[in-house]
Amino acid sequence: MISRRRRYEILSERSIETLIYLCGISAIIFVFGICFFVFREGLPLVFKEDTNFSLGKFFFSTEWFPTSMANKRYGALALIVGTLTVTILAMVIAVPFALGATVFLSEFCGGKFRETLKIVIELLAAIPSIVWGFIGLTVINPLIIQVFHVPVGLNALNGAVILALMAMPIMVSIGEDALKAVPDSYREAALALGATRWQMVFRVLLPAAKNGLLAAVLLGVGRAVGETMGVLMATGHAVNIPFFRDDGSFNWGWMFESVRTLTATIAAELGETSQGSDHYRVLFLIGVLLLSITFVINLTADLVVKGIRKQK
Amino acid sequence: MNERDNSITTRDLCLWYGKFQALINVTINIRHGLITSLIGPSGCGKTTLLRCFNRINERYGYVTTTGEIKLLNKNIYDPDVSLIELRKSVGMVFQRPNPLPISVYENVVFGLRIHSDRKPARSELDDAVEKALTEVGLWNDLRDRLDTKATNLQLEQQQKLCIARLLPLKPEIILMDEPCSALDVEATRAIEELMLSLKGRYSIVIVTHNMAQARRASDECIFMLLGEIIEHARTADLFLNPKNPKTAEYIEGRYG
Ligand SMILES: Nc1ncnc2c1ncn2[C@@H]1O[C@H](COP(=O)(O)OP(=O)(O)OP(=O)(O)O)[C@@H](O)[C@H]1O
Ligand SMILES: [Mg+2]
Repeated sequence: MISRRRRYEILSERSIETLIYLCGISAIIFVFGICFFVFREGLPLVFKEDTNFSLGKFFFSTEWFPTSMANKRYGALALIVGTLTVTILAMVIAVPFALGATVFLSEFCGGKFRETLKIVIELLAAIPSIVWGFIGLTVINPLIIQVFHVPVGLNALNGAVILALMAMPIMVSIGEDALKAVPDSYREAALALGATRWQMVFRVLLPAAKNGLLAAVLLGVGRAVGETMGVLMATGHAVNIPFFRDDGSFNWGWMFESVRTLTATIAAELGETSQGSDHYRVLFLIGVLLLSITFVINLTADLVVKGIRKQK
Repeated sequence: MNERDNSITTRDLCLWYGKFQALINVTINIRHGLITSLIGPSGCGKTTLLRCFNRINERYGYVTTTGEIKLLNKNIYDPDVSLIELRKSVGMVFQRPNPLPISVYENVVFGLRIHSDRKPARSELDDAVEKALTEVGLWNDLRDRLDTKATNLQLEQQQKLCIARLLPLKPEIILMDEPCSALDVEATRAIEELMLSLKGRYSIVIVTHNMAQARRASDECIFMLLGEIIEHARTADLFLNPKNPKTAEYIEGRYG
């Protein structure tokens, strides 16, 4: 009797261990599975002969005509530039706001108000991206037309504003952690020397937390690069490098040009391709490109954060 | 006693952390130019009292204070008192050395930088650094390493640096909260010598758990218990013939 019970216990313990182990490695399996799948669908095009596709054109040509009957062309440069433009513009808008919000949250307000504010900011993160798309179409679009007197409001700026709003919450919450990680003794040291709170923030806290804040920004960038639905609806969806006019001169109104991002292209076109076609595969290649970008960004953010831990 | 001899006086000072009263009717006269030590068992309010003198307790929103604190005969709760000026003239050294995570040089000139309206001249800063570091006995060790990050120094050096960074602001009073508790015997001795050499120009108030240190280094001694002042006397008197039996019990090591 006793021995049997023991065996049962050992068995159940083993099986629970295995289960937990499986749960643990499932994340890894999924990530590798997804990578494998995306690569498998995309890469064959790179090695395929008798096609209009070439890697050189993919990266350096702006001609994106994947459905042309006579002459299919797969130049993704305009899409890459579109993604970069919208993302960078979004960061230019979001970083100052996020930084301000972070500092305000962690240093200038307390108690109930701070908790409320944090919840609201987290709610911002929970808004589905399609809803942001609506807002881009129906709120920001007319706003841009009115304020800047431009003919269309669906453009790089619109997409960037939406991305900024979407990337803010993650930047604020990671940034706040970074500020929280600065030892209180630094604050007291500065205050006891007669620093004002602003001096304390600018001279002590921000330098001390700079790695964590950088990681926060990077994660925001990662979020922005990968975002699809909102920008699909808000950017106007035109394959276009916004910086040059037709005559080749620099276009100062570039933020009011419609652009298209890598993600939006996949979302809009994948449904209409036949599986295994060149068009299908090139969209997966774009997926590979996006994966690589976000992978590098997240890895950098991770290393930066690790750097902080090591310093301590 | 002459009014001008007092550097810190409090009257009926009470302090609450939320509902908990940490200081009860504290009335003291701390004399100018001397080293005064605050002793008492753990949790009796020494740190709290010390942190009243530069009003840094007010960082916590839930602190309430009543009563009067005068520094150099100026009530520090008067509306015309600037917190910044107050903290400039009252330096504080913390229990754990807390140099800022910037270079040694920048640590020493931090005060000058934040308190001057114009950008201080380089030569002015250089002089201040040399003077302050010399005064705390770090100049010879660190003169070639002024760019080192201060948090990488040895603890003793860090604590001396924390004292050095107060000096360019020419404080009247230096508050020290167990400045040696993180240091070894050698370093403790060095800090004590430093205190003795600074005495006279500055009034020093030091919190300590170390009876021997209080005896060695201080001119006057204040014994606290559960938020109240029990006895304030010249150090020799307090240790040799304490008036209050509780003081006697404490210095004989019966509690705390
Ligand atoms: N920030 C705070 N919030 C709430 N209560 C506090 C705070 N700081 C101190 N106290 C309480 O006030 C009392 C006095 O604390 P204080 O730190 O002044 O004692 P202390 O004499 O310095 O002790 P120690 O010798 O351990 O440093 C203690 O009971 C402590 O729990
Ligand atoms: Mg204490």
